[in-house]
Amino acid sequence: MTDVTRDEYCVIAVAECFRGDGEILCNPIGTIPMVGGRLARETFAPDVVMTDGFATFTASMLAPGFNPYGEADGRLTLDEVVESWNPYPQMFSVLWNGKRHVMMGASQVDRYGNQNIACIGDWHHPRAQLLGFRGAPGNTINHTTSYWVPNQTPKSFVEKVDVVSGVGYDRAAELGPGASRFHEIRRVVSNLGVFDFETPDHAMRLRSVHPGVAVDDVVAATGFELVIPDDVPETRAPTDEELRLIREVIDPRDLRKTEVKP
Amino acid sequence: MAIPDKRTTEEEVVAELRDGMTIGIGGWGSRRKPMSLVRAILRSDLKDLTIVAYGGPDIGLLCAARKVRKAVYGFVSLDSIPLEPHFRLARQAGTVEAMELDEGMLLLGLQAAAWRVPFLPTRAGLGSDLLRVMPEIETITAPYTGETMVAMPALELDVALIHQNRADQGGNGQFLGPDLYMDDLMAMAAKRTFMSAEKIVPTEDFPRYGSFHTQRISRLMVDGVIEAPGGAHFTECPPDYGRDEAFQKEYAATASSPEAWDEFRQRWLDLESEADYQAAIAARTGGAR
Repeated sequence: MTDVTRDEYCVIAVAECFRGDGEILCNPIGTIPMVGGRLARETFAPDVVMTDGFATFTASMLAPGFNPYGEADGRLTLDEVVESWNPYPQMFSVLWNGKRHVMMGASQVDRYGNQNIACIGDWHHPRAQLLGFRGAPGNTINHTTSYWVPNQTPKSFVEKVDVVSGVGYDRAAELGPGASRFHEIRRVVSNLGVFDFETPDHAMRLRSVHPGVAVDDVVAATGFELVIPDDVPETRAPTDEELRLIREVIDPRDLRKTEVKP
Repeated sequence: MAIPDKRTTEEEVVAELRDGMTIGIGGWGSRRKPMSLVRAILRSDLKDLTIVAYGGPDIGLLCAARKVRKAVYGFVSLDSIPLEPHFRLARQAGTVEAMELDEGMLLLGLQAAAWRVPFLPTRAGLGSDLLRVMPEIETITAPYTGETMVAMPALELDVALIHQNRADQGGNGQFLGPDLYMDDLMAMAAKRTFMSAEKIVPTEDFPRYGSFHTQRISRLMVDGVIEAPGGAHFTECPPDYGRDEAFQKEYAATASSPEAWDEFRQRWLDLESEADYQAAIAARTGGAR
């Protein structure tokens, strides 16, 4: 398969994060994460539950950017098959209950998987205010979390994040086993490769490079010393059926290509 | 039985507010915000407010108008525009104090106030910098297991402002969109709650609009009701109307310079009344929404 593009390797890498998760809420945030999650559900992770991005768990495909909500005769209409109503107050119950694997963005991520989406600079005097802590502290301490970084550079893969929003392995270890027992940072997927924390001290390891990317490219785009195995595999290619699903069924408008250049 | 009559106006609500008050604002991001009440505050001399919200243009506008001493939030976003530009300016200039919470902690703070307990325990926040930058949020040792938990303090509100699709004159409210958000918790966390609604209807008419499951705000929680058609503009208020994306874009662009903000403010906010605002919006869109 020679015509597979970078965005599609990213989709596969995201989907693989959810392999083996069973019947949990698979909750990817962002375009490529959403396409990858939908692909996992359509193929090797059929039991996962997914949201419509608003207030339901949906059985429908719902391409990225599609808003199923409408109005007719003054009433709310929904162009989707709803498994369950899940408004925001309920979402916090789901996530504190633990049956969730979220993939969030990260303005900065560091060696031990600490993530920052709050601000750049000192929190008390931010140079650039970003989203705020949002759900990151609660997510990372309550259930499995992965991250998606569409533009890996030494400014996004940093030695130490400016503000710890999502909790990494070093911070979790400081808390001890009681407070950190639900903590797991599964993977980081970027436009260049896939990373995990499957090392003795949970320092970030290069798990695979996307085809067309050299290990040196990844090193140059990383602001700290990565753990690099002797033999770094390539991110696996999609099967013909996966490629058909991505291009024709899940993301026919090619929105994934706006997040990562092919 | 006779339902009490709590109908009032935006101006009368603002007359009840005082400098330095803690005000909770319902909705979520740029969704079903009580904007007619926010606009009334913008027309007033009120200042030094503490605003508690899942923040959107409510916090942005009030910051731009220098009404806010402190913002308490999980995020401040315009949804289709992820970062609220006026709030960013205020944070970066240091003109607003911040209590920046995990979204779930904000829920618990409101729930604690609603239940009249001093805090609620949670794991959310442990290990993050949230506890380091806001040392006023304490941890507690669980008496049963010895675990360390965050003790999220009750967020007691002087006043809550919420917007519903329908209401009756007694203060019962009905939401018809996808999500109530935390409006019920806001209402119960506050000493006094004022609720605007797209339309005030007879109590027996609620079933015409939605099932009884949509009647989530009780008059037990509400002190005043304001009929405010278009009251959530330019945030969304489905199924009555969607977000006015063009207007929101115009608003967001005014963070580029003080002149742009002044012009926006004079044109859309320094009006005599909410009625004048709605007339100006109707003229802008040719009457269609």
